Amino acid sequence: MDGIEQKETEENAPSVIDRYYTRWYRADMKGKPCEDHCILQHSNRICVVTLAETHPILQNGRTIKSINYQISNGCSRLNNKVSGKSKRGGQFLTDFAPLCRITCTDESEYTIYSCIRGRLLEVNENILERPALLLEKPFTEGYIAVILPKFEESKSITENLLSREEFESIISKRNVAESQPS
Amino acid sequence: MLPLKEKDKPIVQKLLSAGCCARCILRFCCVRVQAAYRQPQQDTLKELQAFICDTENSKSQDSAASEATEENNKSHDAAVSEAPEEPPTKRVKLEPSGTDAQSEEDAAAAAAAAAVTLKEEESHVCVLCLGILHQFCGASQAVKIAETVKEEKYEFDTLVLSVSLPAQLCVREHSCWLHVKKEVREKGLVLDKDDVIQVKEAFKWIMQGLVAKELGRGVAVVTRSAFEVGVEFIHEATDSDCHFLASACPDCFKPTKNKQSVFTRMAVVKALEKISDARFLKHYPCPPAQPSSCCSLQDVQCVHVSVFVAGRYNKFCRSLPQTPWVIDGERRMESSVEELIAAPILSAFRADGFNFSSSGREDVDVRTLGNGRPFAMELLNPHKSRLSRAEMKQLQETINKSSDKIRVRDLQVVSREAMSRMKEGEEEKTKSYTALIWTQKPIEREEITFIDDIKELTLDQKTPLRVLHRRALAVRQRVIHSMNTRFLDPHHFYLGLKTQAGTYIKEFVHGDFGRTKPNLCELLKTDTDILELDVESVDVDWPPVIPE
Repeated sequence: MDGIEQKETEENAPSVIDRYYTRWYRADMKGKPCEDHCILQHSNRICVVTLAETHPILQNGRTIKSINYQISNGCSRLNNKVSGKSKRGGQFLTDFAPLCRITCTDESEYTIYSCIRGRLLEVNENILERPALLLEKPFTEGYIAVILPKFEESKSITENLLSREEFESIISKRNVAESQPS
Repeated sequence: MLPLKEKDKPIVQKLLSAGCCARCILRFCCVRVQAAYRQPQQDTLKELQAFICDTENSKSQDSAASEATEENNKSHDAAVSEAPEEPPTKRVKLEPSGTDAQSEEDAAAAAAAAAVTLKEEESHVCVLCLGILHQFCGASQAVKIAETVKEEKYEFDTLVLSVSLPAQLCVREHSCWLHVKKEVREKGLVLDKDDVIQVKEAFKWIMQGLVAKELGRGVAVVTRSAFEVGVEFIHEATDSDCHFLASACPDCFKPTKNKQSVFTRMAVVKALEKISDARFLKHYPCPPAQPSSCCSLQDVQCVHVSVFVAGRYNKFCRSLPQTPWVIDGERRMESSVEELIAAPILSAFRADGFNFSSSGREDVDVRTLGNGRPFAMELLNPHKSRLSRAEMKQLQETINKSSDKIRVRDLQVVSREAMSRMKEGEEEKTKSYTALIWTQKPIEREEITFIDDIKELTLDQKTPLRVLHRRALAVRQRVIHSMNTRFLDPHHFYLGLKTQAGTYIKEFVHGDFGRTKPNLCELLKTDTDILELDVESVDVDWPPVIPE
């Protein structure tokens, strides 16, 4: 194989995410500017919640001070346990259920939300030990949580979300607005 | 002649007047001589009537005291000789009794017999078997059953006859038992309910030989066979016989999803064991009421026990699922491994359906090369159950000619027990793979050779997201016994793996969001992806290899 062919295979070969997942987005979550979330939905209906590439945490060379899955005094996402094929016992989440709070070293704090209705299967504990994963690989190893929508809602949960095209058009409008003097 | 003893007399008397048929009376007298059931019902009835009219009962207390006319005796000799296991009954020849010696008791018995004769003339239906041992036992019924069997074109040497009866027959049986038990206890006899011959049993005694005769060609009707012919009777008119039991023993009749009615035979038998005699008699007539119609023959069903076929298959296609792939009721991909294999096998064994299982499975885009993957199939209700070695070889060739996407070897008939060998040691067995790997960063030939030295690498695999919707979430430890690499170009190499069964290879390569650890991305310190995967071997020594 020569160099040209190689380049082609790289570009043509879709990544694992491209092959098996559909990307959905939520822009300006809870009205907070630019706090965009990304939902990767597998063809088997399982959803992975990640930061969108435009999220403030990933901008301006921010670094992470702490990640906290204890979302209230009585509730920690770390206590979530599911058992069996039917995933009994998982916490049930709605669109605006907080998953974790992330504090950056510049003391800015962000809440990451579920964005979809479903049963919480797991949260990513690896990012507690290595918060840098969230910055280095936000869409793979730096994921936030895995959620299983109800079978009958697996199609409808994405109705409130933006497709990749819709999200990109919002981002480009946002960039235009930013670049214009107010 | 009938092997009845003096002590049977009161039972015969009571049951005759209760409206039982002659064969049911034999059952309640616990007669185990099969020939007695095979003789014409009319003759049996005459014998029974003569038996209870006999006045000389005191003289023949301990001897077999069946009484019959001379001509009946002749016609029954043949029937009795059919059952050589039964010692010849000692016959006591009795003189016809004079009118002066006739007791009151005998007069009553004669009256009962006369009443029964009258009922018989009206062709009444037996209160106990609802006609099963009468209207449904005979040569014409045997022809009907044999015709149904012949139509289905089964290949068989033996068959077993099974009978399904309406549940209310148990209630009627119980009522009759209480009816004669009273009488029996007065006489001080020991007769238990379990000693009563079951309707099923008597039906089979009568019908087995007749059905075998109709089928001809050396077919034997036996008590155990792989081929079963089921005869189902129903009687809707008396279904309500059971209903009072529901209020008497509500815990025996809990509704279940699959049952059409809660009044199953099992439930009714259980309720009858629980209910007190007094309570039963309060709610149900004793003896049972006269039915206006007899049972109907609902169905004759033939079923052959499953045949099991095993072998190994190769899959040469990257767009062929192992089993039909259906999403939201819509079919994806036009075929599947199991369908390609099953279709010729189903037609060779003329089976109604199949269950396919294999030693693990591969993804739709994965090939299975080498000696292939062991599989086994249960063939449901095969109409042909025996294929010779040559026929099996022919069948294998038919499968292999039908498609170039798959290939089958070592095709053979196996036992149900042998099939479990395949699932045994599922965790311990090893599998070999070849994967085509892509690396994000360019690699040098010597940069990947360290992988060849890694032995017995233990992975912690969280259930892959790919299968998490149908498998429990867990961290499973799996071992990669060895690996080898073959450099292709700066972004590609072939990775050979020998692993413990149950290792998810794709996830080991791309890491599954960091959920399989360690993974190839970590080992090579760059993102890696899997472009192609082949199963090279599934190391299970079952089924046995068949030399070509």
